[in-house]
Formats: sequence, C-alpha cells, structure tokens
Amino acid sequence: MKSKTRNEKPNFISIWAMRHAQTAVTALGRLLLNPLSNGMTLAVIAIAIALPTTLYVMIDNVRGLSDEWQGASSISLFLKTDIDETQARAIAQRVAALDSVANTQLITKAQALEEFKERSGFGAALDLLKDNPLPNVIVITPNEASSTPMAAKQLLSQLKTLREVDSAQLDLEWVQRLEAITDLFIRGVLVLAALLGAGVLLIVGNTIRLEVQHRHSEIEIMKLVGATDRFIRRPFLYEGLWYGLLGGIAALIMSIIALWLLSGPVEQISGLYNSNFALDWLSGEAFLLVFFGSPLLGLGGALLALIRHLRMIQPD
Amino acid sequence: MIRFDNVSKRYATGHEGLSNTSFAIEEGQMAFLTGHSGAGKSTLLRLIGCLERPTRGQVWVNDRNLNKLSNSQIPYHRRDVGMIFQDHRLLHDRTVFDNVALPLVVAGASPNEIKRRVNAALDKVGLLHKERSMPLTLSGGEQQRVGIARAVVSKPKVLLADEPTGNLDPELSKEIMELFMEFNRVGVTLLIATHDIALILSMSQRIIKLDKGRIVADGWARK
Ligand SMILES: Nc1ncnc2c1ncn2[C@@H]1O[C@H](COP(=O)(O)OP(=O)(O)OP(=O)(O)O)[C@@H](O)[C@H]1O
Ligand SMILES: [Mg+2]
Repeated sequence: MKSKTRNEKPNFISIWAMRHAQTAVTALGRLLLNPLSNGMTLAVIAIAIALPTTLYVMIDNVRGLSDEWQGASSISLFLKTDIDETQARAIAQRVAALDSVANTQLITKAQALEEFKERSGFGAALDLLKDNPLPNVIVITPNEASSTPMAAKQLLSQLKTLREVDSAQLDLEWVQRLEAITDLFIRGVLVLAALLGAGVLLIVGNTIRLEVQHRHSEIEIMKLVGATDRFIRRPFLYEGLWYGLLGGIAALIMSIIALWLLSGPVEQISGLYNSNFALDWLSGEAFLLVFFGSPLLGLGGALLALIRHLRMIQPD
Repeated sequence: MIRFDNVSKRYATGHEGLSNTSFAIEEGQMAFLTGHSGAGKSTLLRLIGCLERPTRGQVWVNDRNLNKLSNSQIPYHRRDVGMIFQDHRLLHDRTVFDNVALPLVVAGASPNEIKRRVNAALDKVGLLHKERSMPLTLSGGEQQRVGIARAVVSKPKVLLADEPTGNLDPELSKEIMELFMEFNRVGVTLLIATHDIALILSMSQRIIKLDKGRIVADGWARK
C-alpha cells in the first residue's frame, strides 16, 4: 500500500530520464521512418569513418612488422663478381671470426639464382642467360652487442673497406626506411581522419539543418506554446547522436569486412617473405574510439546546425 | 493584469505598427480590440505574448515587466498566456489530442496529468469525440475550437485571440464568443482582436479601438 502511494508520485529524476528515453526513441523512429534517404546519409557517414579506420589498422600492422624485424638486423656483403666460391667461403670464415659478428652465411651465386628462379616465376627466361649475373653474397648476423643501429653501422663501414667487397648493405636501413614511411602514412591517415571527421560533422550538421527547416512551422508552434530552446533542440541532438552511433557501428562492420577480405592475400604475401605475419584485427582502442567518437561527432554536427538555425526561427 | 505604458512598436521597415499606446485591463476583465486592417491589433497582441519587443514604453503582464524578460525566460511567460490565431496554427501531422497536449508536453507535465487536462479542455469545446482525428479532417469551426482547447489546456490567466472568428459564419462565431465568455466567467482575462463590429456590438463589452497604431476609443458598448 505504502509503495503504491509512492509510485503515484514519480520523482523528478525518473520523469527526466523517461522523457529523454522517449525523445531518443522518437528520434530513432523518425530516422528509421525514411530508410532510403537516411540510409544513404548513414552510408556516407559510415564510409567516411571506415576508410581511415581500415587504413589505420593496416598501417599499424606494418608498423608492428618493422618492430619485429628491428632486432634481427643483418648485413649483406655483395662480393665482386670475379670472386669465386672458394674465395668467398674463405672471406666468410674471416668475417665470422670478427668480434662483433655472431655468424655468417654464404649464399653462392648458384644458390641465389636457383632461389630467384623459384620465387620470381621467371624460371624459363632466366635459363636463357649465358652467365649467372648474380654475385656471391655473405649474410652477416652481428652479435647482440652490435645489432643496435649505431654499432651495426660501424660494423658496416668496417666491412665495406674489404678489398673483395663490391657493396655492403645494412638491412636495418630498409627497416628504418619502412618505419619512416609507415610513420608518414600514419600521419597521413590521421590527417585524412581529421578531414573525414570534419566531413561527418558537416554531413550530420547539414542533415539536421534540413530537418530543422523541414519542421520549421512545428518549431514555431512549439515556441508559441512556451517550449524552451532546450526542449526543441533535444530531439535533433538525439537524431545527430543516432546518425553518429549507427554510422560508427556500420563503419566498424565495414572495416572488419575489409580487413577480413585483405587477410587472405596478406597471409599469402607474408608466406612469400618467410614471415608468419598475419593481419591483426582492430585494436581495442581503435574500436572504442570509433564506437564512442562517432556519436560525439554526430552530436557535434547537430549542435553546429542548431546553434545557427534555431535562433532564426521565431514565431510570428 | 495587462498594462501598456506609452508603448510604441516600430518595425525594422521603419513602419510604426503601434504608437504611444497606454491602457490597462484588470484581472478577470474582457475586452475587444478593433480597428481597420493594419491598425495594429495583431502587433498589440504580439507584444503581450512577447512575440515582439516594444521599441518604446513598457508592457506589463501578470505583474511582470516584459521589457525585463530575458530571451530564455520568454517560454515561461508564454505558458502563462494562451494564444489563439485566425489560422489556428495546428500541427497537421498530429492528432487533435496531441495538438491540445502540446503546451503541457513542452512544460513537462506527467502523462496522467496530460490525459486528464486535455480531456477536460476538449470536453469544454465539445470535441472530446474527435480526440483521435487529424486536424485537417475537421471543419474550420472545429479546428478553431481545437486551437482554443490548446490555448486553455494549461489554464493560463490571460487569453489572447487574434481574429478567432475571421473565417466562420455568424452562427459559429457566436458560439465561439460564448465559449470565450464562459472562460471569462471563471476569471480568465481576455483580449480579443476582431473586425466583426456587429458581433461585438451585440455583446456589451469593453472595446478598444485602434487607428493607425493609436488608441482612438476605449469604452463600453451599449446594446
Ligand atoms: N513584421 C512586420 N514588419 C513590418 N511591418 C509590419 C510587420 N508586421 C506588421 N507590420 C505593419 O504594422 C502595421 C500593423 O500591423 P498589424 O498586423 O498589427 O495590423 P492588424 O490591425 O492586425 O491588421 P489586420 O486586421 O489586417 O490583421 C501594418 O501596417 C503592417 O503593415
Ligand atoms: Mg492582424
């Protein structure tokens, strides 16, 4: 009995929450009422969010790859072409005896050609060559102390001075280069994300602006009977929020599908490079960022439109 | 209840819609506002509803100086003033019930209260059986009564009507006027703008006559 009398007078907070929930549901209903044009808007928002998200995940993957290779730096010594195999073997042993070298491996011209034929698919064409144009190569793994970029470079310049060496290459260089490139791409993706984020803001803003114009007379009448700006704004803000949220969820689905489509070819390529590299999915942070950032973008877009256009509607 | 102190309204076009008008309507009084087209009747009502701000002078409603009202306070003022328009200003995509409920909804009334008050207001104007209808399926007189129900649903102390019988035949006009008289009898302050001289002369009420934005007559009509 007592609880019944309490229930008859619901407290302020629960009325407030119920009203918000009602407004949110109504706004969603209105959005779904017009599936074709609103679906189109949602698709544009979703693509704008999915594009940088997918690119980011891919580049982030490549970055992880270069980290993995960082420790395993190696030096390739390309010997002069007039050096034969026995001489090369002797050089390899000499180099292996150096303090800073852990071990060496000789890849003879014959082995190199064989491998190249196998991997490149140019087998038949290469058979036409009279001479093997490839040099003997010694692959040197520096010991732990010398595998830092600085020490490895020192070792590299030391090896370059050898008379039999044509050229020497620190494989770290391309790792570093790859890293620089991926950093550049990450920056590019962030710029792209900022631009497309602004795009989403404007798309939602414009959609809400049209909606406000469309419901001009309704807004006017609501103002006539004493609706506050806040009350009038609320359903539009929820609409913006829904656009962002639904667009964000669609974007996440798109990204996951795109990454899934790419994961097959990526595994094939990494197989070619003797790597067991596989595409990582969306990281938790990226997921949360999209999931919570998109509704905020939608909300911001709606706010942008409302600040400008609600004031202009005055009843007459 | 309503007081104008030397109020002028100059529109952005430079046209003076209202020039130096002063009058007062006591609580529970009723008055008609008349005058030629363009005399400033609508302008005067719009100032009371704070749809417009005066250029000069002061407007008082319900002991509130409207000049001192900030923009964010205007909605709360409008909840105390019921307004009725010649063109009804109904939402055509909402039912009669939802239209009448609008002032209560924007004021944040509870569903139970909304139901009770809307039914009472619709009953008052004789349209309870039409609560599920859409406004466009109603006759002009019925739509006007929906507008009236909406204006009184939150029991405002002041009721303003701008040409409420403009499009109606004499029979219906009479009915609507009688409805207003009923509200007046329960203490609502009423100000009604109209062209319909014949109708208001038959009602022996106070008449304020405007001419080119000035009050040229203010007194009681005799039968
Ligand atoms: N928004 C506006 N901008 C400029 N001038 C206006 C505006 N509204 C009204 N006016 C002018 O102010 C004067 C008074 O207009 P108002 O609408 O108050 O007249 P009225 O007495 O209601 O006329 P009617 O009987 O035709 O409705 C008119 O000359 C009109 O042209
Ligand atoms: Mg008028």
